Amino acid sequence: MSTLTHTNGRLTSTTREERLLSFNARYRQQQFTRRNWTLLYGALFLAALSGSVAVSDFSIPGLIKGLPMAWNYIAGTLPTLTLENFWADLANWYWGLRFWLRLLVETILMGFVGTVLGGGVALLLCFPASRNLVENTGIYFAARRSLEFLRTVPELVFALIFVFAFGLGPFAGVLAIAVHTAGSLGKLFAEVNENVDPRPIEGVRAAGGNWPMLMRLGVVPQALPNYASYLLLRFEINVRGASALGIVGAGGIGQELYVAIRQFEYTDISAIMLLLIATTSIIDITCETIRHRLIGQDMQAGH
Amino acid sequence: MLELRKVTKAFGETIAVNNVSLRFEPGQMVGIIGRSGAGKSTLLRLINRLASSGSGDIVFEGTNVTTLSGKALREWRARCAMVFQQFNLVNRLDVLTNVLIGRIGYLGTLPVMFKHFSTVDRAAAALALDRLDLLPQALQRADTLSGGQQQRVAIARALLQNPKLILADEPIASLDPRNARLVMEALRTINLQDKITVITNLHTLDAARAYCDRIIGMAHGHVVFDGTPDQLTSAMIQQIYGDANETAVDESLTSTIAATGAEGPAGKRQLETAH
Repeated sequence: MSTLTHTNGRLTSTTREERLLSFNARYRQQQFTRRNWTLLYGALFLAALSGSVAVSDFSIPGLIKGLPMAWNYIAGTLPTLTLENFWADLANWYWGLRFWLRLLVETILMGFVGTVLGGGVALLLCFPASRNLVENTGIYFAARRSLEFLRTVPELVFALIFVFAFGLGPFAGVLAIAVHTAGSLGKLFAEVNENVDPRPIEGVRAAGGNWPMLMRLGVVPQALPNYASYLLLRFEINVRGASALGIVGAGGIGQELYVAIRQFEYTDISAIMLLLIATTSIIDITCETIRHRLIGQDMQAGH
Repeated sequence: MLELRKVTKAFGETIAVNNVSLRFEPGQMVGIIGRSGAGKSTLLRLINRLASSGSGDIVFEGTNVTTLSGKALREWRARCAMVFQQFNLVNRLDVLTNVLIGRIGYLGTLPVMFKHFSTVDRAAAALALDRLDLLPQALQRADTLSGGQQQRVAIARALLQNPKLILADEPIASLDPRNARLVMEALRTINLQDKITVITNLHTLDAARAYCDRIIGMAHGHVVFDGTPDQLTSAMIQQIYGDANETAVDESLTSTIAATGAEGPAGKRQLETAH
C-alpha cells in the first residue's frame, strides 16, 4: 500500500492510512467547531430579536389593526378627479404648483450644496483617517473620532441647533446636511483609501514625494471613481434628508408639507408627497446610472 | 561614490541585512544575486530609505543618508531613483504624468496638487519616453501598456529624477524573456551613456553575468561574494544559492533571458555564458 512513499521522496515514515485517518479526525473536529459557532450565533440573534420586539412594543395584531387606518389616511388625502373635468380637477389639486416647485428646487439645491461642502470636508479628513496612510496613530485616532462625532448626531438635531444659531431658512439646513455628510462620506472615503494598491504610493514616495503628494498622486487617482460613486449616493440621500428638515424650520419643501399635515389640508399632502416621490425617483435613477457607469466601465481618462 | 559601513537591519527577530560593508564607484553596473529572503531587497530599500534605517552608515558623497529627514530626504530619494519589480506606476494616470512624477522631488507641494508641470519638465519627459521608444504611448493610461512597456515607463520616470544612482529591485522578475532583455539593455545603456551608477537585484545568474561589471552575492543577510562575473565560479554559486542537502544549482534553470540577444555592449559577455 505505501510503496509510493519512497518514490516521491517523502521524509515522514507514516503510512497512507495513518495520514488519511489523521486528516479525517481534523476534518471532523473542524466541522464540529463550525457547527457550534453557527448555533451560538443563531441563538444570540434570536435572543436579540425577541428582546427588541418586547421593548419596541411590536405586535402583529396591532399591525393588522393599524394598517387599514394608515391606508384610510392616505386614501383621504387623495383628491376626487373626474374624467369629464380632469384638467380643472388637476389644476385644483395642484393649485400651489409654482410655489411648491420653487420649494422643491430649493430642497434639491440644499441637498446639492450640503453634499459639496460636506464632501470637501470629507476629502480633507479621509486621508488622516486611513490606517494605511498615516504612521502616527494619534492623528489617525483623532481623525476617526471626529468623523464619528460628525455623523452620529442626526441631521435633525444639527438642524435644530443651526436654526437656533443662524435663524430659520435653508442656510441652517445646508449646514446640518454638510456636517452629517462630512462624517459619513469621510468614513466611506477612508475605507476606499484603505483598499488602494500600495505600490503606486511607494513609487511616488521613491520619486521624492512628500505626504500630500503621495495622497494626490498615489491615492486619489485610484480612489476617485469610488469617491464619485459615494458622493452621488450621498446626494440622493441628502435630497431626501433636505425635504424633512423643513419640519424644524431649516428650509426646503418639508416646511410646506408639515403645515399641510398640521392644518389637515389633505389634498395638499398628497400633491406635495407625489412631487417629492417623483423628484427623488428621478434623482435616484440618474445618480444610479452615472454610478454604475463610473464603477462598471471605469473612467477612460485619468484624473 | 556610495559607501555602506557595517549596515545591519533587523525586522523583529529576523536579521535581513547583517553587517554589510560595500563601496560603489560611480558609473558601475552592479548586480546583487541571492535566494529570496537573502536581504537583497532590504539592502536597496535601506539605501533610498524606503525601509527605516537600521544600524551602520550609508554615505553618499560625504553625506550620511541614514539620518536625512524632510526635504533633504526627499531630495536624496530623487537622486537615487528606484525601479520596482511590479513597476509601481499609477495605473489610472497617463504615461506622461507617470513619467513627470519623477520631477516631484524638486517641486513644491502646490503645483503638484494641481498636477501642474512646467514646459521644460514636459519636454524632458517626452525626450525620456522617446529614448525608451514609448513616445507614441505617452497619452495612454499606464495600465493599457504591457508589463515590459510599463517597466520602461518606470525607467523613464527614474531618468526624470536626474539620478546619480538607479536602484532596481528585481526589474525583470515579472517579465517574459524578450521584455526582460529590453529592460536590462535599457538600464545598461543608461548606465554607459549617462554614467549613472546602477545597482540591481537579480534572481537570475545569466542576467547578472550578461549585463553587470560587478556581481555581489548575498546569503542570509551577509555578502558572500563580491567580484567580476568571471570570478563567479560554480563553487561560489553553490555558496550563494545552495543549501547543505541540496544538489548543485543548475544555471540553466534560473535563466530568464533569451540567449538570442547578442547585440549591444553586453553582447560579448552574453555569448560567453550561453549554454
